[in-house]
Amino acid sequence: MNDVSGPKKPRYSQLLGDKLWRNFVIGLPYFWLFLFFLVPFGIVFKISLADPIVAQPPFTALFDFGANAKSWLHATFDNYLFLTEDNLYWISYFNSIKIAGISTLLCLLLGYPMAYGIARSTPTVRNVLLMLVILPFWTSFLLRVYAWMGLLGKNGMVNGLLSYLGLIDAPLEMLYTNGAVYLGIVYTYIPFMILPLYATLEKMDLDLQDAAADLGAKPWQVFVDTTLPLSMPGIIAGSMLVFIPALGEFVIPTLLGGIDSLMIGRTLYDEFFVNRDWPLASAVATVLLIILVIPIMLFQRSQQEKE
Amino acid sequence: MINKNISQAKQPASPYVAETPWLDPKAKPFIQIKGLSKQFDDFTAVNNISLDIYKGELFTILGGSGCGKSTLLRMLAGFEMPSAGQIIIDDVDMSGVPAYDRPINMMFQSYAVFPHMTVAQNVAYGLKKERVAKLEITRRVSEMLELVQLSDLAKRKPQQLSGGERQRVALARALIKQPKVLLLDEPLAALDKKLREQTQFELMNLQYQLGITFVVVTHDQEEAMTLSTRVAVMDQGQFVQTGTPTQVYESPKNRFVADFFGTINLFDATVISCQPNEGTASYDIKAKLDKTGTMVKAVGESLLSPASTITIGVRPEKIGISHERPEGDNLTIAKGVVEDLAYYGNRSIYRVRSESGRVIQVSAQNYQRSEQLSLEWDDQVYLSWDSSCNVVLTE
Repeated sequence: MNDVSGPKKPRYSQLLGDKLWRNFVIGLPYFWLFLFFLVPFGIVFKISLADPIVAQPPFTALFDFGANAKSWLHATFDNYLFLTEDNLYWISYFNSIKIAGISTLLCLLLGYPMAYGIARSTPTVRNVLLMLVILPFWTSFLLRVYAWMGLLGKNGMVNGLLSYLGLIDAPLEMLYTNGAVYLGIVYTYIPFMILPLYATLEKMDLDLQDAAADLGAKPWQVFVDTTLPLSMPGIIAGSMLVFIPALGEFVIPTLLGGIDSLMIGRTLYDEFFVNRDWPLASAVATVLLIILVIPIMLFQRSQQEKE
Repeated sequence: MINKNISQAKQPASPYVAETPWLDPKAKPFIQIKGLSKQFDDFTAVNNISLDIYKGELFTILGGSGCGKSTLLRMLAGFEMPSAGQIIIDDVDMSGVPAYDRPINMMFQSYAVFPHMTVAQNVAYGLKKERVAKLEITRRVSEMLELVQLSDLAKRKPQQLSGGERQRVALARALIKQPKVLLLDEPLAALDKKLREQTQFELMNLQYQLGITFVVVTHDQEEAMTLSTRVAVMDQGQFVQTGTPTQVYESPKNRFVADFFGTINLFDATVISCQPNEGTASYDIKAKLDKTGTMVKAVGESLLSPASTITIGVRPEKIGISHERPEGDNLTIAKGVVEDLAYYGNRSIYRVRSESGRVIQVSAQNYQRSEQLSLEWDDQVYLSWDSSCNVVLTE
């Protein structure tokens, strides 16, 4: 018999002490968020309270302890007030919410049947289909958007094919339209809708659908009564994963959109780099964050109350 | 769980049903399965099955995993369409009738209780789909919940229920539509032993009260034996034997059934003589056990030619076990040593190695109250059984 009573290799948890180790593990992501989200946001918020000046950096300091200062705190809400005064910002925010909302809905309508199909296919086919969903990520996002420009342009492949087939006489205006923006956003973000939907649909007990049918539900009723409500967590997760990045999307409306497809990401870029109005740009960013965070917080509150 | 005082049976009290309608040539079957087959790619799950089930029966389909019993049940429910053959229920051909239009409800093995609905909503679901008036739904749901004693839990969500309670929700949900046939998929499998025994009797009572025809699918021979009026033993997509539980247990048709439906000791034997029994349709058989050369007598159903090989089966509980050599005519006696012993309280199971070297299983009731085991390991014992207990198996 071997002697197994030799000294055991200590585990990391024992090395550091259980409690310390646990706090460390929990603390690490919080520290990360603090360092790379909260601190930068604090800086952005600080800048949004300043006045723009022509200097380096291009905004006034928040604290001024100089001898000539009227007060040590130098904060102004003028930038936020300005956002409400100029139509441009209203339109940008509204357009962003509209485009992101419609894109999310399109992703859901297209992604749901796809996710359902993947979840119900045989394991081998399923892996191939999932691979196909993830595959686009292997190419740069920017490259894929540029590819759409090549496809949709006046002398692009789509127009070329259509005129070759004799279906059109003059090339269609597809690039630089709202439609191109929707196409770009749906194309880019649909995997984020499919994957969480697939995860919930795949877990679902198929007996529940049979049971509903057994109790007299027609196929569409089976879907409405069981499949749809039970896949709600996936729908919500997928919608958030599409809506949030789509709302702040900058590249797609810039490259594929026309003048009228104004989104807040582009406005922000213009304020920051073209007008060099850092405080106003910061205010735009802060409001965007509030628009995103408040609905999510309200939603989570309602979910917790449900439980 | 079942409250017997509730007059749930809204349908007219079930008309007189003969105790054994399958013996009555004039009785009309309620469910007729004719030449039913189901093919999945190159695999035949159900192979040309025909079966008549009568009104008010509690019919059990028993088989191991992959024998096709679940496919058969799913075809009855309408979840699978047969590749060939017909299912007729109460004179209506079910071919092409989708699951939601069949007068059949099912209790799933997983119970399949809707997790996003309360107990009451679950039970009401079937009626809602039938577009029954709201007041009527409320009334019938509360009646049904009372019948299965879930009234107090009506507002609970399934996650807050125990397994037994969830099963009662599934049962209530299936019964509220007053189906002509209730299908039960492994109804007792997920329950613990005490609850099983209780549920078993309650299911039988409920079935008797409501007069609904039950078709049960199970892999558990004990479940099949206790519940059913008749059992069909299924293997490789076909019925091997159909009959009452006692018929199937005491007169199994072949080795597979004998072994699957209960436990049995099987001995290879050779026929010495076979004579028709005066006045009956059976035959007196004398045979020699191949291993020991012991001569045994048995009664068979068919004429066997001498020297043909057969199998003699003896159920463990038919065998007596004792220290002294028993006296008596017609006894088959074997000598052996207790090799293994399992004490169950009410009975004990012994595995005895006979002189020929093979192990014979014996199940004996513990008649006497004693803290000492009457038989111990390595005891020399005599095994004996009446030759009427010998089952002749030719397949």
